[in-house]
Amino acid sequence: MALPSYTETRYRIWHYIYLSICAFVFFFLIAPLFVIFPLSFNAEEFLVFSEGMKNLDPDAFSLRWYKDMIYGTKNPWGLAAKNSFIIAIFATIGSIILGTLAALGLSSRHMPYKGIIMATLISPMIVPLIISGVAIFFFMAKVGLAATHTGIVLAHIILGTPFVVITVTATLSGFDHSVTRAAASLGSNPVNTFMKITLPLILPGVISGGLFAFVTSFDEVVVVLFLAGLENTTIPVQMWTGLREQLSPTILAVATCLIILSTLILVTAELLRRRSERLRGINR
Amino acid sequence: MSSETKQILTTDGIPLEVSLKKAEKKNKIKAFLLVAPLLLFLVITYVFPIGEMFSRSIDDKMITNMLPKTFKEMETWDGKELPPEEVFAGFYYDYKALVEKQEHGKLGQRLNKEKNGFNSTTKRLFRNIKRKKIDESVSIKEQMIKVHPNWNKVEYWQAIKRTAPPYTLAKYLKGMDMYYAPDGSVAQVDEDRRIHRILWLRTLEIAFFVTLFCFLMGYPIAHLLATLPMKYSNLLMICVLLPFWTSLLVRTASWMILLQQQGIVNDFFVMIGLVADDSRPEMMYNKVGTYVAMTQILLPFMVLPLYSVMKTISPSLMRAGKSLGGTPFVAFWKVYFPLTIPGIGAGCLLVFILAIGYYITPALVGGASGTLISNQIAFHMKQTLDWSFASAMGLMLLSGVLVIYWIYNKLVGVDNIKLG
Repeated sequence: MALPSYTETRYRIWHYIYLSICAFVFFFLIAPLFVIFPLSFNAEEFLVFSEGMKNLDPDAFSLRWYKDMIYGTKNPWGLAAKNSFIIAIFATIGSIILGTLAALGLSSRHMPYKGIIMATLISPMIVPLIISGVAIFFFMAKVGLAATHTGIVLAHIILGTPFVVITVTATLSGFDHSVTRAAASLGSNPVNTFMKITLPLILPGVISGGLFAFVTSFDEVVVVLFLAGLENTTIPVQMWTGLREQLSPTILAVATCLIILSTLILVTAELLRRRSERLRGINR
Repeated sequence: MSSETKQILTTDGIPLEVSLKKAEKKNKIKAFLLVAPLLLFLVITYVFPIGEMFSRSIDDKMITNMLPKTFKEMETWDGKELPPEEVFAGFYYDYKALVEKQEHGKLGQRLNKEKNGFNSTTKRLFRNIKRKKIDESVSIKEQMIKVHPNWNKVEYWQAIKRTAPPYTLAKYLKGMDMYYAPDGSVAQVDEDRRIHRILWLRTLEIAFFVTLFCFLMGYPIAHLLATLPMKYSNLLMICVLLPFWTSLLVRTASWMILLQQQGIVNDFFVMIGLVADDSRPEMMYNKVGTYVAMTQILLPFMVLPLYSVMKTISPSLMRAGKSLGGTPFVAFWKVYFPLTIPGIGAGCLLVFILAIGYYITPALVGGASGTLISNQIAFHMKQTLDWSFASAMGLMLLSGVLVIYWIYNKLVGVDNIKLG
């Protein structure tokens, strides 16, 4: 951002102060994530940069904690990862189906009581997780689903649907309903119209909502802490336990993998958003 | 007009108005049926359980069910003098039934909470019943008073009477460090034992300051992102979005590494000579840790709504303001800032709502002085198993959040929440 040549000195100074504040904030946001990377390759057991690491001595780095993560016997990361993926995938599918249907209904201009219903559907996102956790725990304990995968999947569908509802409703807000009417007038039945016309157009919104639901489930710990037994442990629960008891470098190896995963998700979400905007003809 | 429209018929011979209304109704039902599965699912698994939390939090049926005869006889007792023989007899037979079911201990403990001394008083009655020392053919009142002089004190009977209603607000009062005094009025607990009020105030304080810090840090960068050319701003946007998508626990872990006493932040302070090497400040397990980590974690939720509002403000408005003689500051304050208020409202409310119910980060980096009300709820759910108290505190927190949610809905509209 070049300043015009006629800018007075004091505004120039202000401008540079403003830029340095911005630089500081961006640094504050992103830098903590990069601390984890090098420390996860630490050859020693301490969570500080050793002298060797500061001098870039190759012996100070090792893959020891990654090996421990995969082969370590006392860390059930394998089970946790398996559980996390299974739960997150099923929760995502459930959230997508329920959320997309609801968003289709909510976007109809005939929908009665739209405001109050929308507020109810979004509420799991707003209500503090600890309260959701207590309420869902009471329910699951009553129906006998506590400490089961099914119970956790259902809980994560509750927490994930608001994201799908929001993103799909947003996609549908720019949706031209005359295309579905055109399909209907050409003799297509509603299911066929949805599969062939509506779904391909709203797909970016559906997938990005699904990504949110996936991340929500994959990262969720509060509700799982209430619901999970030893068999249902997930990656966040293991991390939570590890962080509470003893901060071991193995956690940093796991964290590094999670950062890579979230980078992949970010890139996918960003590409989808751009594609959606292009499809809907929004030029920026 | 109506007479003319009535003439128009559809091909089936039905008036158009009727036909349209029918179609409208059909569309309404269709739209509702699409929403119904999710709505039903949420009502059963989520809304009702929250309602159940409420009934659990006010439930006080235990004693009501344990002493049915006593409370029946007490209906006619005025509660000012020692109760008549019938009440004593009612209590005696109720208690005898409990002894047979081996539930007398629970009653003693519960009554002891109401009035100190009940535990020993009932235990002595228990021993006399076990040894069959009480003769049911003569006055039970006199025998009970002989067993323990406390039965001769009207306060003890008043305490029993207070437990008669099946519902109580005691858990809510406890959440605000108050309790029912022996005479039935609401009293405050001693000043040095008011832990919950401290927690509520601290939760509000931390949520408020985290929101403020997020605003102060988020506003400049949202402005920069909105005014930079696309190719730069897209790159910088990653700095906001990557933390947003990264696991909460990963970010908390990185702060735990940074803020520890031998951590990088402290190293840096020592390096620039701010603190001496042997007196490194404790930055974790206290409020500082909570503030720093929560601000970084919630900052994206402030930046994204601000950005989406600022993006829609035309840069020519600022130029117009300046060309009309305003200094850059005046133009900013009078033109730009008022236009961003919707974004500020949305971001601040969102961050405040999220901060007020935060659990994970304060539990890990907060220590004793940085924990919030959520941690207390979790503590009672998992450690003391006082679920009704946890429910009561959860609902108190929830009612606060719902008020803010309602304001948010009025100001921003929940369907306008922007994600990513």
